[in-house]
Amino acid sequence: MNPAGSVFTDLAWIDLLFLAQGAIGTLKISAISILAGTIVGIILGWMLAAGNIFVRLLVNTLLDVFRSVPLIIQLILFDSFVSIAGFPMPAFWSGTIVLSVYTAALVAMVARAGIEAVDPNLRRAARSLGMSYWQDMRYVVWPVGLRAVFPSWIGVSLSVLKDSSLVYAIGYIELLRASQILTTKTQESFKIMLLVGLFYFLMSYPISKAGEYVEKKWQQ
Amino acid sequence: MDYQFLWRPVFKALPELVDAALLTMQVSVVSMIIGLSIGLLLSFGRRSKNILLRWPSTIWVEIARNTPVLFQIFFFYWGLGEFGIFLSSYVAVVTALSFNTAGYMAETFRGGFNAIPNTQLRASRSLGMSFLQTQRYIIIPQVLRVVYYPMTNQFIWVILMSSLGMLAGLRELTGETQFFNSKTFRTFEFFAATAVIYYIIAKLVMIGARLLGWKIFRGQKIR
Repeated sequence: MNPAGSVFTDLAWIDLLFLAQGAIGTLKISAISILAGTIVGIILGWMLAAGNIFVRLLVNTLLDVFRSVPLIIQLILFDSFVSIAGFPMPAFWSGTIVLSVYTAALVAMVARAGIEAVDPNLRRAARSLGMSYWQDMRYVVWPVGLRAVFPSWIGVSLSVLKDSSLVYAIGYIELLRASQILTTKTQESFKIMLLVGLFYFLMSYPISKAGEYVEKKWQQ
Repeated sequence: MDYQFLWRPVFKALPELVDAALLTMQVSVVSMIIGLSIGLLLSFGRRSKNILLRWPSTIWVEIARNTPVLFQIFFFYWGLGEFGIFLSSYVAVVTALSFNTAGYMAETFRGGFNAIPNTQLRASRSLGMSFLQTQRYIIIPQVLRVVYYPMTNQFIWVILMSSLGMLAGLRELTGETQFFNSKTFRTFEFFAATAVIYYIIAKLVMIGARLLGWKIFRGQKIR
């Protein structure tokens, strides 16, 4: 409770709405990044699994950089780079681009593992039956590989959902940033923190449980 | 592009950045040790038949794994203020990273222990080994082999995530970079240099872990 005449206001229902809006921001930026990152990541993963030594070395070194530098530094670097280069963009888009590239770097490893999980003899059999390279990819490698690495992909998506909180650093108002704004307004940090934790938990936990369920079902 | 890159301030600040990198390593090592110890206990807790042990461990693991680290850092840094508990930046960051690491490592350890059939324990006991001898010569060497690489990955991950200390006012490598950035406004130059430092640290740790792993397991195949 804040005393009467204080500049701070008590936590109200309208604030919950503000947090929910932040949560939608989190979902939006994560969904776009996971979608874009997965598509690019699968292509990169295919290059890692099927490319020649030069392609593999190049892609691997490049992706390694994105996996070895903290995400927050990637965000700040990209944000300042676009301003230097003379085409500043809203925090939402620079955040989305960095998160997508980060996702792609993680998905590429998953996709490569998926392609390599398919028994080479199975693929040879497919080719001997007269399937083209892409038919083999579409009807043999995709379904078999997907089952092998689907849980890892869920894991990557969940970590991107959580790591999207780092766009906080460049100023996009997602869930965590919204909570900080509310905390300065109401000074009720503990309650707001519990709420934010609950929001994140409600977004992440069902996905992880659904992933486990699918994994179990496929193993039978 | 009429921006002039100025690298001189970065080179002048390099000694301070290296000092800050040492603080980053210190934070990471301390968090990793605490996190590993608690994670081991949590993995026993989750396998326990006692509800009073199993439930709190499960809740810890699920919260640690299903909320962002940055949220966890903020929770320990700001969230406890209402109860008059004010943790310093250092303590808050170490607490949050340990909390998180414990949750992830608990699951890794659980997988490691599950990979060893119970019959091995019984076999070695019936051969006359004591419980501790069984753990020391049969169980732990095998578990270590399973959890070794996830463990090194977690350590690198802790080093990278300690960069969030910047947002809780800790002057580790990223926080120090931000400090110089606000003094000189050379955002790109400073953060590029820091990115290189992080890359070098991550590579050194990875090579060190490989060498150590090679020595411990003496060329055996590690999963």
